[in-house]
Amino acid sequence: MSPLPLQGLVVLSHAVFCLGLYGMLTRRNAIGMLLAVELILNAAAMNFVVFGRLFSHVQGQAFALFIIALAACEAVVGLAIIIKLTRVAKTVYADDVNVLRG
Amino acid sequence: MSFTVFALFAALVLVSAIWVVTLRNLFRAALSLGLALLGVAAIFLLLEAEFLAFVQILVYVGAILTLVIFAIMLTAKLQTAVDVPSRRQPVAAALACTALFAVLVAATWGLSWSPYPAGDAVNLSALGRELVETLVLPFEVISLVFVAAVVGAIAIAARR
Repeated sequence: MSPLPLQGLVVLSHAVFCLGLYGMLTRRNAIGMLLAVELILNAAAMNFVVFGRLFSHVQGQAFALFIIALAACEAVVGLAIIIKLTRVAKTVYADDVNVLRG
Repeated sequence: MSFTVFALFAALVLVSAIWVVTLRNLFRAALSLGLALLGVAAIFLLLEAEFLAFVQILVYVGAILTLVIFAIMLTAKLQTAVDVPSRRQPVAAALACTALFAVLVAATWGLSWSPYPAGDAVNLSALGRELVETLVLPFEVISLVFVAAVVGAIAIAARR
């Protein structure tokens, strides 16, 4: 397989990261923010794989694996908090959650 | 040939990532996230990281996306069909993100990228050995984090 353009891969991961950041900043819905975080984490994992391939180093893929595992943990805990939020505060919008002691 | 395939999947990832952050309907945004994750898995395959591509599909598309769609359906009653205003400061956020993108590209554009050596990909047995030899501590910490996350999620979401 002929090598992929590394420049293009890095720019792609930058673009996905910035799109995730944009979603994080503009979404009001907490689940929407979680989706944006997944984009950011995926951009980071992609960078790890690209540079692991460039230097033929095994730890690039190993850390991409760790990122995927931590993203799964983050999604589980985040969604549990959102489910609880819908029950306690009756909202899914991050702006409406403004009490510390419910 | 390889470049054409890469360009196709890169376009797929970009377009679906834009959908993820701009679609008003959250369910459609979640489905576009699935598309973006599949595109990233395809790019992993092109980078000869086959195991990671399958982990990506199994964990992200199989587990996380299912969970997210579950949560969207559970909270569907609270999500108003037309939420006004649905965005906070979209113009300012877009400007900030474009500026960050420009800075990142400017920082990496001037670097000289040598094409990576062909046929020198990391194989799966080396990855497995690395995980239980050099990286055994992070590996075990991840499993601890998993247990903590599952117990925490149940403790938070359980009805009392």
